[in-house]
Amino acid sequence: MHSVLEREQLSPNVVRLVVEAPRIAKVRRPGQFVIVRRGPGGERIPLTIADNDPVAGTITLMIQAIGASTTELTNLQVGDTIQDVAGPLGSETHLPPAGTHAVCVGGGVGTAVLLPIVRALGAKGVKVTSVIGGRSKDWVILEKELLEAGDVVTCTDDGSYGRHGFVTQALKDLLDAGGVDNVYAIGPVPMMRAVSEMTKPYGVETTVSLNAIMVDGTGMCGGCRVTIGGETKYACVDGPEFDAHQVNFQELADRLTTYRMFETAALERKKAEDAAGACATTEVKA
Amino acid sequence: MSDAEGTEPAAEAKVPLSNKERMTITRVAMPEQAGAVRAHNFEEVNLGLTYQLAVLEAERCIQCPKPFCVEGCPVRVDIPRFLKFLRDGDLPSAAESLLSDNALPCVTGRVCPQETQCEQVCIRNKKGDSVAIGYLERFVADWAQKNPDALPKASPTQSGKKVGIVGSGPAGLTAAGELVKKGHDVTVFEAFHAPGGVLIYGIPEFRLPKDIVQAEVDRLVSEGVKLELDAIVGRTYTIPELREDFDALFLAVGAGLPVFMNVPGENFKGVYSANEYLTRVNLMGAWNPDSNTPILHGQKVVVVGGGNVAMDSVRTARRLGAEEATIAYRRSADELPARKEEVHHAKDEGVRFEFLAAPLEVLADENRWVTGLKCIRMELGEPDASGRRRPKAIPGSEFVIDCDLVVVAIGTKANPLLTGSAPELTVNEWGYLITDEYGMSSLPGVFAGGDIVRGAATVILAMGDGKRSAAAIDSWLNGTWPPPPEANAAKPLKEAAVAGN
Repeated sequence: MHSVLEREQLSPNVVRLVVEAPRIAKVRRPGQFVIVRRGPGGERIPLTIADNDPVAGTITLMIQAIGASTTELTNLQVGDTIQDVAGPLGSETHLPPAGTHAVCVGGGVGTAVLLPIVRALGAKGVKVTSVIGGRSKDWVILEKELLEAGDVVTCTDDGSYGRHGFVTQALKDLLDAGGVDNVYAIGPVPMMRAVSEMTKPYGVETTVSLNAIMVDGTGMCGGCRVTIGGETKYACVDGPEFDAHQVNFQELADRLTTYRMFETAALERKKAEDAAGACATTEVKA
Repeated sequence: MSDAEGTEPAAEAKVPLSNKERMTITRVAMPEQAGAVRAHNFEEVNLGLTYQLAVLEAERCIQCPKPFCVEGCPVRVDIPRFLKFLRDGDLPSAAESLLSDNALPCVTGRVCPQETQCEQVCIRNKKGDSVAIGYLERFVADWAQKNPDALPKASPTQSGKKVGIVGSGPAGLTAAGELVKKGHDVTVFEAFHAPGGVLIYGIPEFRLPKDIVQAEVDRLVSEGVKLELDAIVGRTYTIPELREDFDALFLAVGAGLPVFMNVPGENFKGVYSANEYLTRVNLMGAWNPDSNTPILHGQKVVVVGGGNVAMDSVRTARRLGAEEATIAYRRSADELPARKEEVHHAKDEGVRFEFLAAPLEVLADENRWVTGLKCIRMELGEPDASGRRRPKAIPGSEFVIDCDLVVVAIGTKANPLLTGSAPELTVNEWGYLITDEYGMSSLPGVFAGGDIVRGAATVILAMGDGKRSAAAIDSWLNGTWPPPPEANAAKPLKEAAVAGN
């Protein structure tokens, strides 16, 4: 059992949890993730480890409420427990040499996945410019934390905060200004794809983190297979970070829709249960 | 389930039958759910013998002085011994005898390919039918599971030595059971959130109920085995770290990497590895419609492969509502590597077999959902290295099997997660761990067994490795190295490599 020690609402649908996980806190490297299962009958959900505190024995998770299971996690309060936290999984972020300049682009909850990379880059002596965005001011997350590791350009779709427009436009300005050695982009697939297409003509090495559907996270099921440079790779063990210019984004976007109808149905069921005041956890024999 | 039901063991002494009388008894038939009924539920197919049926079947054993059946058993269960106790109605002694040889008899009594092991070499098989050893093993094991208080409690002297076991599948659990009996302090590390390995994620409920597996694990825990779940060795812990914490290690992580067909269209929506399909259904509970785990319910499902994993997948597809569930296998019926019983059960449940068919391409609609599997017809040529006739494609014989789901069950490979984290471990060209004649890897005190050594094989072969490795580990810890000859680890079995669990 893993206790929730802190909870913070970062945006209308993103929550930050600090969770007890001493072993993972001790060995985790930036870029790695955990698989979390709330309790019996729950789904196994991959979540990036945003931060770790080896002394306190805790890890920080940022969760966006999308489906029934993620909503259940974002509803957790301090003192609640998570039955299973397995990891750390995945390969660690490949960091460029000190003195180079990296632009880190985050969209939505992708900004939370970006944060540990930004911190690792900053700690290594890489100059970091973070470009983050959201629909409006309320949806911008982690600006303060990112500022601790470098510059931040914040964009909102409606212009209610920071720069008016999409993160890709801000990125283009930085690329045009020159001196960008690496780009990291994490967010919804269309955004990562747009960033990848934008950086390609500039010849700037670009890394994306792929949120493929996973079950075990150890390479056992092959459900997270993605096509990288024409070859099948497993996001869980070969990634989750890959060279953006080699990723088949069309296939990734398509495979992510596999369970859309189930997710919609599960969310509707959960809303109905919550409305009825019923227990949100469906106990099944697993 | 009707296991162990019926009259309690008779107290009065019976007049022993002569061998001539024993030879006149015909082999028992396993009561099972009717095919048409069970094709739509996940309840166990085989219902188990009643007490009367079991005792009568045990009478069929003529108690050979040199029993071939024991030689035919990878874990060397003293079969005549427990059958004699059973026929005498002494169930506690039968159970104690069986459990002292086999740590997981409820499992092996259900999933072992007895027809190629103990029952194949049973003397009665020469003229008629062998003793139904598997059914009787299951009967006694189920009785033991329901009557734990009837069994003596062992309290071995503690050795003060710590053994770490990586993987809680059949090899790991067997080794754990053997080592805890020797008084060692045993911890089993499992990557998933539930123990059992392939017994939990792979073999379906209708063949091996999950509460039976859990009860076997609970018994090992009650004997002192410690379990650490969600522990991925290679990520959560490294081999060097574990070597510092434990006096010996046993690596039994299985062959957990799916093999795909390597044909175009394999990443379309509606193509699963058997590992993913079965894990979603079994471990993640998607067989239950109320589960949070999504699963694609194909109406027309093609399973590629002919082993036990393929049979498990295709029978699962029927139970999840597939109107048409087809096995596509590149050789003929005679070469099917699956257990005979599984093939027979699949046929009874309405599974269709497309023999001599090799996949060429997965076809899909404009939204990239699977619509068919393009195959080519094969013919059998000369025998290959495995002794089976090699299939050859017949030019121009392409055809399409319409389907909306494809499950790929053509085997598994070594998962490099653990071995990659310890470069000192020597692996062969396929990534499997290389061990010496005692089952020890290239690292002193680090033993290995099961599929990560032999390649994908069966539950019972993995259990045999677990048992032999435990004996070797015990010798290692006691300073009586090298171990006695019977502790020698088995060499990888070629013929088992395609069968799966």
